[in-house]
Amino acid sequence: MTNDSDHIVIESAARIFADLADPQTINRLDHAAWKAPFWQALADAGLALAWVPEQLGGAGAPLADGFAVLGVAGRFAVAVPLAETLLAGWLLTRAGVAAPNGRMTIAPSRPFDRIIFDADGTLSGCAIGIPFASEAQHIAVLAEGEEGAFVALVAARDCTIGQGQTLAGDPSNIVQFQRVKPLRYARAPFGLDHAALMLMGSVSRSVQTAGALESILSLSVSYANERVAFERPIGKFQAVQHNLARLAGETAAALAVSGSAANTITRSDSFDEAAFLEGASAKIRCAEAATEGSAIAHQVFGAIGFTNEHVLHRFTLRTLAWRDDFGSESYWAAELGKHVAKCGAEEFWPMVASR
Amino acid sequence: MSGKLQFNQIRLPPECDALRQEVRAFLAEEIAKGTFDPHRPGHGDSHDRAFSKRIGAKGWIGMTWPKKYGGHERSFLERYVVTEEFRVANAPVRSHFVADRQSGPILLKYAPEHVKANILPRICRGELCFVIGMSEPGSGSDLFAAKTKATKVDRGWRINGSKIWTSNANIADYMIALCRTSPPAKENRRHGLTQFLVDMKILGIKVNPIYQMSGQQDFNEVVFEDAFVPDDHVLGEIDGAWKQATSELAYERSGPERFLETFYLMLELIRAIGSAPDTRSAEGLGRLVAQLHTLRRMSVSVAGMLQAGKEPVVEAAIVKDLGTIWEQNLPNRVRELTAFVPPEIANRVTLEEQLAFATTIAPKLTIQGGTTEILRGIIARGLGLR
Repeated sequence: MTNDSDHIVIESAARIFADLADPQTINRLDHAAWKAPFWQALADAGLALAWVPEQLGGAGAPLADGFAVLGVAGRFAVAVPLAETLLAGWLLTRAGVAAPNGRMTIAPSRPFDRIIFDADGTLSGCAIGIPFASEAQHIAVLAEGEEGAFVALVAARDCTIGQGQTLAGDPSNIVQFQRVKPLRYARAPFGLDHAALMLMGSVSRSVQTAGALESILSLSVSYANERVAFERPIGKFQAVQHNLARLAGETAAALAVSGSAANTITRSDSFDEAAFLEGASAKIRCAEAATEGSAIAHQVFGAIGFTNEHVLHRFTLRTLAWRDDFGSESYWAAELGKHVAKCGAEEFWPMVASR
Repeated sequence: MSGKLQFNQIRLPPECDALRQEVRAFLAEEIAKGTFDPHRPGHGDSHDRAFSKRIGAKGWIGMTWPKKYGGHERSFLERYVVTEEFRVANAPVRSHFVADRQSGPILLKYAPEHVKANILPRICRGELCFVIGMSEPGSGSDLFAAKTKATKVDRGWRINGSKIWTSNANIADYMIALCRTSPPAKENRRHGLTQFLVDMKILGIKVNPIYQMSGQQDFNEVVFEDAFVPDDHVLGEIDGAWKQATSELAYERSGPERFLETFYLMLELIRAIGSAPDTRSAEGLGRLVAQLHTLRRMSVSVAGMLQAGKEPVVEAAIVKDLGTIWEQNLPNRVRELTAFVPPEIANRVTLEEQLAFATTIAPKLTIQGGTTEILRGIIARGLGLR
């Protein structure tokens, strides 16, 4: 899904990631001082608010560019709320709510959580697993009122934010909304519902996962060509080669299906049956690829691969953690299966072939 | 490989929609008049030359070939649509499919002009069945161990030896045979093999059937005893066939037939679990749908790259590796997911017949056209490990 505009965005993102958030360098640090200048550079380059139109304070980049940036962010296992801020900006501005500067996240981010928009204009409810909530200044909330869905911008300090982190050590928090008064809000446009938010989040996570798997594959191949055992590089052993070929297959599947889903949303900008089939499939297959791919990579690396010192875990643990955001593969598989069953056998092939 | 796996987002162009509707209408008509039963994949796999001729008349064989050889100069993506619709319908395409997919393209590239002018239009009309003459008793995955010998004689070559596991040799008109014309060179064991176009009706060829555990009767041993092949039936460079074989592989390995071989089970699974399945069945079905959609998107992407003149050899090998393992595992996945459905479901008999058939053909899927092990070797080479 690359075109010329993608290339420029990809290159500028990759340069910032490489200069200020190189995984090898970060992995050696025992502090988080790198985060502030890195975030500033992302904001200055217009990457954080890429999906916010210019009149609402953002860079007004096409959806394709934002997805391209997320792919690169995955390749660098970026540990700041870039995806979350992109998604928050997207959610807010779809409802015409202006996006603030700074780090944001979104709620809910799990399929079974609901935030209620009360008649008095306040938000109530509890959402678990909100990524980077404890590092965010603002939270974009999709809330449900008596008369439909609302999109609200909330100051993070107005919520009760619990402790918690993902497998990879990134914040993942329980957020409680106790009659929280939003800074601004608006009615959600037609078609922007809970399912749409879960799909958009799932496609974003899928694109990140595919990017991380690309790095996992290239790290693993390089290591196999360098590491010597039994007097030759382990990459010369057929058993190791076949494992790496499987890892390439999982990476390829993740790239293809996540790219396809991002392309679908980019082209239609709606959350119809096509977006559901593509987005759900992407989350399911990328999560499966994360499980398989991470296991293979760790097997290739042996003991060094599961030490703190080695960079591999920055990628593998993130891909494993991302499986659970915006609906796990089990959740989406059940949803997709129910839909396909309801449509019936005669409709199935036409549905697959339509993509 | 250029260092990075590429799966460009290719969507089938609008002209494919009209074509797809045309193919579906044709297939529906053929089913209605009893040409084949879409619920009986074992039978659908048989050959039906009259049917092949009707397909040829529609212009759906040799679709991408030049018009001057009877082709239709349509795109790989249009051919893709036709291939997948026929496969999903379990239509019998056996007598022309190999010619359409790989023999024709080899002839286009390497046969002398008068041979092309004679044979290609007949393939396009659905009149000719081709077979692949590669495997031998002592040469399977290791193609370069081929021993079937072609000896130069006046005006041609004499072939002696035998090919085995040759699908459709019992009904074939021609074989493209890989034969040894020189001993392997010390520095290159792949040297010394030549491809020949062999008329299966000539003297000196004997076809012996080999029955498969699935009940399929298309397997054969082909024995050559002084079979004469004229000089103009040499395809490409003498002793240099190894250079010709590899670039064709992307065509052979990435098509929809590499993951749709047991597709009918998806439909019976959906019928068996009904319109409101429990969570276990729904989740199982959903995963299969996601995996199938992924494979198809990868495969379409490779077709698009072929159309653009690229040679995505590694990507094609990946599609076949993942695709054949998926279609091979499908019978057992469906068996597990239907373990608790009530015995009185309407499609019980069809489901069980299909499961039995698919289970017995499953082992061949990861062997024919390049084993899993060979494919992973190709992928590893692409990754820079060899």
